[in-house]
Amino acid sequence: MQAEIAVLRFGLGARPGELAAAAGDPRGWLLAQIKGAAPLAVDAPLAASDQIFAGLLAARDERQKIKQESAAHATDAKMVNAVREAYQPHYRAQVLARAQSAALTARPFAERLVHFWSNHFAVSADKGVVFGLAGTLENEAIRPHVGGRFVELLTAVEQHPAMIAFLDNQYSVGQDSMAAHFASQRSGAGLDARKRQFGINENLAREILELHTLGVNGGYSQADVTSFAQVITGWSIGGGRGRLAGGVPGRFYFRDNLHQPGPKVLLGKTYTEPGVRQGEAVLADLARRPETARFIATKLVRHFIADDPPKAAVDRVARAFLKSGGDLPQVYAALIASPESWEAGARKFKTPEDFVFSTLRALNVSPGQPEEVVRAFDLLGQRQYTPGSPAGWPDTSKSWDGSDALMHRVLWASRVGAKYESGVEPADLAASSLGAYARPETLTALRRATTSGQAVALLLMSPEFQRR
Amino acid sequence: MNLPRLFQLNAGRRRFLLGAGALAASAAIPEVLFAHTGGSSRLVVVILRGALDGLAAVPPYGDPDYVSLHRELAIAAPGSTDGALALNNTFGLHPALSFLHERFAAGELIVFNAVASPYRDRSHFDGQNVLENGLAKPIGSADGWLNRALAALPASGRAADRAVAISQNVPLILRGEAAVMSKSPQATPDVDEDLLARLADLYSQDDWFSARLSEAVQTDKMVEGADDSANPKQPARAGVPDRVTAVARMAANLMRSDGGPEIAVIEAGGWDTHANQGGAKGILGTRLGGLDKALKSLADELGPLWPQTAVLVVTEFGRTAAVNGTRGTDHGTGGCAFLVGGAVRGGQVIADWPSLSRRALLDNRDLKPTLDLRSVFKAVLDEHMHVDANTLAKRVFPDSSGARPLQGLIRA
Repeated sequence: MQAEIAVLRFGLGARPGELAAAAGDPRGWLLAQIKGAAPLAVDAPLAASDQIFAGLLAARDERQKIKQESAAHATDAKMVNAVREAYQPHYRAQVLARAQSAALTARPFAERLVHFWSNHFAVSADKGVVFGLAGTLENEAIRPHVGGRFVELLTAVEQHPAMIAFLDNQYSVGQDSMAAHFASQRSGAGLDARKRQFGINENLAREILELHTLGVNGGYSQADVTSFAQVITGWSIGGGRGRLAGGVPGRFYFRDNLHQPGPKVLLGKTYTEPGVRQGEAVLADLARRPETARFIATKLVRHFIADDPPKAAVDRVARAFLKSGGDLPQVYAALIASPESWEAGARKFKTPEDFVFSTLRALNVSPGQPEEVVRAFDLLGQRQYTPGSPAGWPDTSKSWDGSDALMHRVLWASRVGAKYESGVEPADLAASSLGAYARPETLTALRRATTSGQAVALLLMSPEFQRR
Repeated sequence: MNLPRLFQLNAGRRRFLLGAGALAASAAIPEVLFAHTGGSSRLVVVILRGALDGLAAVPPYGDPDYVSLHRELAIAAPGSTDGALALNNTFGLHPALSFLHERFAAGELIVFNAVASPYRDRSHFDGQNVLENGLAKPIGSADGWLNRALAALPASGRAADRAVAISQNVPLILRGEAAVMSKSPQATPDVDEDLLARLADLYSQDDWFSARLSEAVQTDKMVEGADDSANPKQPARAGVPDRVTAVARMAANLMRSDGGPEIAVIEAGGWDTHANQGGAKGILGTRLGGLDKALKSLADELGPLWPQTAVLVVTEFGRTAAVNGTRGTDHGTGGCAFLVGGAVRGGQVIADWPSLSRRALLDNRDLKPTLDLRSVFKAVLDEHMHVDANTLAKRVFPDSSGARPLQGLIRA
C-alpha cells in the first residue's frame, strides 16, 4: 500500500503507470520531487501580473472616460464590465493552465504543495481587483519558492501585487508620513485634520499574523496588529496617480511617502530599520518563531495525514521547521518520515479540486478549453481561486461532505463517463488509478456496468476514489 | 398594536429602547394564531460572513459622535438626501434596507444594536466559529448550536430531516448528530436513475456514503415536488446580490414543500469592507440591497408560512467605529442583528446603547457590545421553536449562564 499512499495521498492521484513507478521506493519517489522551484508543467501563454495590471489600469481609464461622457449612475454596470472584460481572459487562461499542469505533471507532490501554499496564502478572485491576478500569485510567488526557504516564500507572497491588492494595503498611509505632512501643509489643516484624512488599513497586517505565520492563537495582540500595519505602510503597487504616482505599474513598490517613519514595537521587539526593510525584518522574525513552525506544521499534517492532525507528526514537522530555519524541503522530508503518514487507509475525503485533478490523471486526459475546467468547478462548488476569504478553502471533510455536494459529484462523474466512454477498459482503469485500494465490490460493480461510461462514473464515485 | 418594549438598563446608560408603536398600529397586520405543537414554527438563520458594519446597516444617527467617527461612511439622518430610514429618534436603517423598514413599520422586525457573540478577538474565522458553535470559545465543539437544538425540538411526526443548509455542504452551525439536508440552488438534473441505484448498491457497505446518497435523493424528490412556479431559473452566473436571492428562494421552496424542513440556514458573504466601503451608495450599499431583496423574496415565497416564520440575521462581529485609512472599516466588536418575520413581535429596537463617545468605545476603537447574541438565540429557540429552557442552558449553549434569554421577541 506504500505506493498507493505516496501517489494517491501525497500526489494528485495516479496517472497510468505512476503507481508502478513509485512502487520500488515510495519515499524516494516523493523526496525526489521536493527541491527547488515547481514551475507549471505545461507551456502556457500566461501574462505576468504587471502586464495584467497595466491592462486593468487602461480599463479603468476607459471607464473613467465613459463616466465623464454620460450620467455616472447609468454606467455603473458598464464600468464594472470594463474591468471584468480586461481580466476575464487572464483568469480563464490561469485556471486552464493550473488544471493542465495538475493533470500532466511528473512532480505531483510538488504540485500539491504549490496548491497547499496557494491556499495557505489565499487571495480570492471574487474581489474585483484580484480577479485576473489570482493565479499570478501562485505562479510568480509560490512556484519559485515552494522548495526553498519559508521566509523567501513569505516575503515573495506579501510583496506580490495580488496579495497587496486583496488585503488593501496599497493605500494604507502612516499619519506622520510625508504624504500626510504635505497634504496638511497644503490645506493648512492642523494635526487633527491630518489624522482624520490619513490612516492605516489593518487588513494585511492582521492576516499575515493570523493566517500566514503565527496563527490565531500565536500570542499577538491588537496592539501588535496595529503596529505591524504601521510597519508595512508604503507596501504598495506601482503605477497610480497623484500621491500614488511612481514605480513600475503592477509591480511591488515601496512608497516612501506613505510610510509611517520611526521605530516600532512588535511582539516585544523594537524595529528600527528604515523603510521597506523594517517590514522585511518583521517577516524574517515571524518566519522563525515557534508559533509559526507549529501553525504551519499543523496545517501540513492536516492536509496530508488527517483532519484531526496526530500530535506526534505535528511535533516532528514543527521541530524540523525550527531546526532548519524554515527550510521547506527539510520540513517536507520530516512529513514523509512520520510513521503516521504511512498508516494504511485513505482518510482524507477529497475536495472538489482533488476529485477533478485525480480524475484527469486517472483518465490520462488534460482539458483543452477553459470552459471545461470552469464549468466543472462551478458545478462542484470550488470555483478556482475563489475561496472567498483570506483563510482559503477549508481542509476538513466536514466542509465538503454535504449530501447536495455528493449529488453534484455524481452528476459530474456521469458527464465525464459519457465523454470518455470509448476505449477505456474499466478493470484496467481501476488497477492503474487505485492499485490495491480498489475493493472487490467496486470491481464487481464495474464488471456489471451497462456501458463503459457508467463504469467510469461508478469508479470515480466509489468510496475509495473519493478519498485519498 | 405593539407597545414599546421595556428592557432592564444599567443605571447611567443612555437608553434607546423605543418602539415604533404608531407605525405598527397603522400597518394593522393581523396576528395569526397557531397551536404550539412541534412543527408549526419556521426558522431561517441568515449568516452574514465577513463582519457586517452595524454602524452602517443600523446607523445611530442620533449619537453625537457618529458622524465624526464614521465620516464619509456615515448614513445621514432621516429626511436628508440618501438619509437613513427612521426607526426612532436615534437609530435608522441603511436606505438600501427598504423591505426591512417596511417590516419594522408592520411590526414584524426587531433590530438589535450593540450586540456580539461572546468572542472578543477580531479573527473572522474564530468569530464565525463562536457564532456557530454556541460556546464562549472558538474551539471545543465540532457541532453547531442549531444542530444541538434540533435534537431537542418537540416531536413533529415528520419523517424527513427537519433542517436544511442551502448550500452544497453543511456549515458548522448545523453540523452534528442530528441529520440535516443540504441543497444548493444549483440544480442537479438528469442524474441517471440506474447509476444512482448502482451507487446505492456500491455504498451499501459504507454508512457514510450511503447516508449521504439517500439523503440527496430524498431532497431532490422534495425539490421536484415543490411548487417552484414563482421561481424562474437563475442565470448561471448571477451577480452576488442575485445569488443570495436564489438561495433564499430555494429555502422558501423547500420549506413550503410537503414534509419540508422547518429550519433553514442561508449564508451570504462579502461584508468585509476594509476599503471603499461607501455610504448610502457603494459596495456595502449594494450588498445590503441584495440582502434586502433576498429577504423580500423569502417572505414572498414563504407566503402562507410567513406568519409562523422568524428569520434571524447575524454576523460574526461589527467593525471599527472610526473609518480607517482606506475609506473602509477594520475588524471590530459590537454590531447589529435582525429578527424579522410574521411570528416576530416587531417594531422594536433593542439596544442598550453604550454610545460612541471615546470613553465608551471598547479598546478605544469598537462599539462596546451590551447584549450577548446567545440571549437572542435562546429566546428564539425557546419562544419560537419551543425548546425547553433547561436543554437550552445545558446542552445547546453550555457556559452561557451569563446570557439570559430575552423575552417577548415572538408573538404569543
